[in-house]
Amino acid sequence: MAQTGRPLSPHIQVYKWQVQMVTSILHRATGIVLAVGSLLLVWGLAAIAAGPEAFATFTDCAGSPLGMIVLVGWTLAFFYHLANGIRHLVQDTGVGYSIPAFVRSSWLSIIVSIVLTVAVWAYVLAGGHA
Amino acid sequence: MSRDLRNPLARARGLGSAKEGVSHWMLQRVTGLGLVFLTVWFVVTVLGLMHSDYATARATLAKPWNAVLLAALLITTFRHAVLGLQVVIEDYVHTRWLEVASLVLIKFIAVLAALAGVLAVLRVALGS
Repeated sequence: MAQTGRPLSPHIQVYKWQVQMVTSILHRATGIVLAVGSLLLVWGLAAIAAGPEAFATFTDCAGSPLGMIVLVGWTLAFFYHLANGIRHLVQDTGVGYSIPAFVRSSWLSIIVSIVLTVAVWAYVLAGGHA
Repeated sequence: MSRDLRNPLARARGLGSAKEGVSHWMLQRVTGLGLVFLTVWFVVTVLGLMHSDYATARATLAKPWNAVLLAALLITTFRHAVLGLQVVIEDYVHTRWLEVASLVLIKFIAVLAALAGVLAVLRVALGS
């Protein structure tokens, strides 16, 4: 690259941390997580089709400590991608592009995804009794 | 002095817009909107099935509407995933052969996974 002496953008070392860039990166990261997670969904469906033994293997894996960690991570990735995806769909209509609105909706995506994840897992750990 | 005797327009013709530049963008949004409804339905259904036995899970999956929505969820999910992963690969994989190989590979995996998932749903729904 030509040494022009001018600052590069984004110049990571001096770039001010902003919530909008975090939500953008997270949308991609959670998208990749969900794409991989969808393969586990196929595994679960194939296990139901294959029979009780295969399904028991699947539910044992899902209920193991590692399985629970994966499921919690999957839930958080899902709710984040859902909330931020809806935010993007709304923005595609042309609204919410002022900087304060953009920052507000970015935080909203993060907070909503955490709240929904906590709510779902509170429900699960309470044994399905809301 | 250009060695190419064709005029600039002739060289550009066929290399630019094929009038489908927006289709990737649009399909990403349409599948995304569909997934808003399908995934929320799926999460609510799975939460309702929590701690249920194999027979209940299978019977729920076998219900026609559940089978239809699940097949729709699988196809839409993998279509949406390919569109998204494609952009990530195009942005970050700069070795051309690796980029092309990755783009083909995700399509192969997505088609196989969608077919395997839909086949599982059909096996249960049709009771074989």
